[in-house]
Amino acid sequence: MTFFFQMLVTGIVVGSIYGLVALGFVLIYRASDALNLANGEFVLIGAYVCVTLVTAYKLPFIAALLITLVFSAFLGLAVERIVLRPLLNAPVISVIMATIGLSSLLAGAAHMIWGHQRKAFPQVFPSQPIEIGGIIVTPVYLWSFVIVIALLIIFSLFFKFSKIGIAMRAVADDQQAALSMGISVKAVYAITWAIASVVASVGGILLGNINGVSSTMAIIGLTVLPVVILGGLDSILGAIIGGFIIGILQSLAGGYLDPLVGGGLKEVAPFIVIILILMIKPHGLFGKGGIERV
Amino acid sequence: MRNPFVMECGNYKTAYSKDMALFSVPRMKIQILVLVLFFLLLPLFASSYVVGLLTLCAIASIGAIGLNILTGYTGQISIGVGAFLGVGGYTSAILTSTLGLSFWLALPLAGIATAIVGGLFGIPSLRLKGLYLAIATLAAQVIILFVISRWDSLTGGTAGMVLSRPSVGGFSFSSTMSYYYLCIVILILTAMYALNLVRTRTGRAFLAVRDRDVAAEIMGINLFKYKVMSFAISSFFVGIAGALLAHYTMIVSPELYSTHVSIEYLAMILVGGLGSVLGSILGAMFITLLPVALNYLINFLTVYMPDLYQLFSALSEFVFGGVIILFLIFEPGGLAHIWTNIKNYFRLWPFSH
Repeated sequence: MTFFFQMLVTGIVVGSIYGLVALGFVLIYRASDALNLANGEFVLIGAYVCVTLVTAYKLPFIAALLITLVFSAFLGLAVERIVLRPLLNAPVISVIMATIGLSSLLAGAAHMIWGHQRKAFPQVFPSQPIEIGGIIVTPVYLWSFVIVIALLIIFSLFFKFSKIGIAMRAVADDQQAALSMGISVKAVYAITWAIASVVASVGGILLGNINGVSSTMAIIGLTVLPVVILGGLDSILGAIIGGFIIGILQSLAGGYLDPLVGGGLKEVAPFIVIILILMIKPHGLFGKGGIERV
Repeated sequence: MRNPFVMECGNYKTAYSKDMALFSVPRMKIQILVLVLFFLLLPLFASSYVVGLLTLCAIASIGAIGLNILTGYTGQISIGVGAFLGVGGYTSAILTSTLGLSFWLALPLAGIATAIVGGLFGIPSLRLKGLYLAIATLAAQVIILFVISRWDSLTGGTAGMVLSRPSVGGFSFSSTMSYYYLCIVILILTAMYALNLVRTRTGRAFLAVRDRDVAAEIMGINLFKYKVMSFAISSFFVGIAGALLAHYTMIVSPELYSTHVSIEYLAMILVGGLGSVLGSILGAMFITLLPVALNYLINFLTVYMPDLYQLFSALSEFVFGGVIILFLIFEPGGLAHIWTNIKNYFRLWPFSH
């Protein structure tokens, strides 16, 4: 039974990072109806920038973190301005392809700048695992769990009460109506991309603290897709809950089923689940399906 | 002197049947014949390296035309082409290497097997649209690759399988040139099929589904039938391309069919032009030859900057992404549209209007 609970807890803490990265997808989808397939590269670049600042420039972690967040915000703004804005009102496939192209472009740039070697973060979080009733949790995971919950609360409040948050919801709901109410849709897009990029790099820094930073990290962008789809593309709560569900599912599949089929099921299980979920609920668990008129 | 680029100078059609004709001007037939003859005669004076590259282009074109039927004609996005190529390749490998069947039987069977798998994964398309469908096809990609790499007894697992080149009677297609001819002939057949498809009832139903599927359904088009059908037809050609590729490289293994391959195929039809057969071929050539051209450039530049060579893989990734973005922003119609623009320019030359 301890094994089961260990798997469950591991799943929850891994799921919280999934939720964090998924949040980036959802924010962008809500504002601009686009799925940012370059999200994994945002995660990667955030982690690389932070690790470089900490190791090569010997900055304290907090300073490096803040600089990284500012950098990511500008990266998000730049990407929105250069790549996404010319594609406003373009068909879905163009936007998907643009973000795929962007991911290839950013990955290439990251390889050119940082190479392929794995870079380790110096000790930021205490490494001594905490044991609760036979279940072992590493502090990094606990921290990421706390950060995810905090971000979830912040974003919920932000969307509910802040002026920008309300503007974002208005744009997501109806661009033209928002425009005619005096909301600058362009500004909202730009802010959304900046926020999404910042959220992704927070995820990258946490992941980097767990596994070290290397170019394979960008795969999280693909791993998280089932999470986003499961929760529904336009639901923040869905992203977080989807993150936990997929995290637990992967952990359990890895613990119980992988030894039976010879490994690898951990990565595939979420995709099998989303195909099944999509057949039943085509917009995910919490997503809204629009009414379509001819 | 008559302008050699002029094809038609106005619309003189008096009947709908003329409007529907495959070749709008008789001279087009001759032009296409000349083009085909050029590609048929090319191996006689080109080096075998060039012929090999063109073979890869031809195979990619077949797959790209297949994907364009699904994405360009019917408007359904698929990020699973890589795995479908794999299904085609593996089917042919199992049928020829394990069961000892003839290539000529295995090739259509590979297409049919891929069509069945594609149709199966196309079933969710009835309820899924746009992004959700794209992710469902990505899931198909991941699941199919997982099955291929785990079903050791059938597929040889991660080690892959070895294939041989096809032969007919005593003649073997083992040389680069003969295999090139085989691929070109199949490409011509595929292109003819795709060109004619839009002129049929099925093809027009596909276009209607693409433009507005709700409206199409109201008009009496059976959405389920045509969506699954477009998945099946498209996968058939992708499977054929997969089988041809497998017999060309003479090996199949799971990592040859990664998500990156799917993305490359999507890039081909986007760079070439959605819903255009000519565009599929141009795009396939462009994306296939891009790394080769980059390689030449790098070789040329390493004389001055020796450490550039290490950056090559990263650079080709970078350029690949950049090209996609530039095309999307500046020429969403793709290479096919650029070609039309060039033709129009010369049609009106020397007057610009």
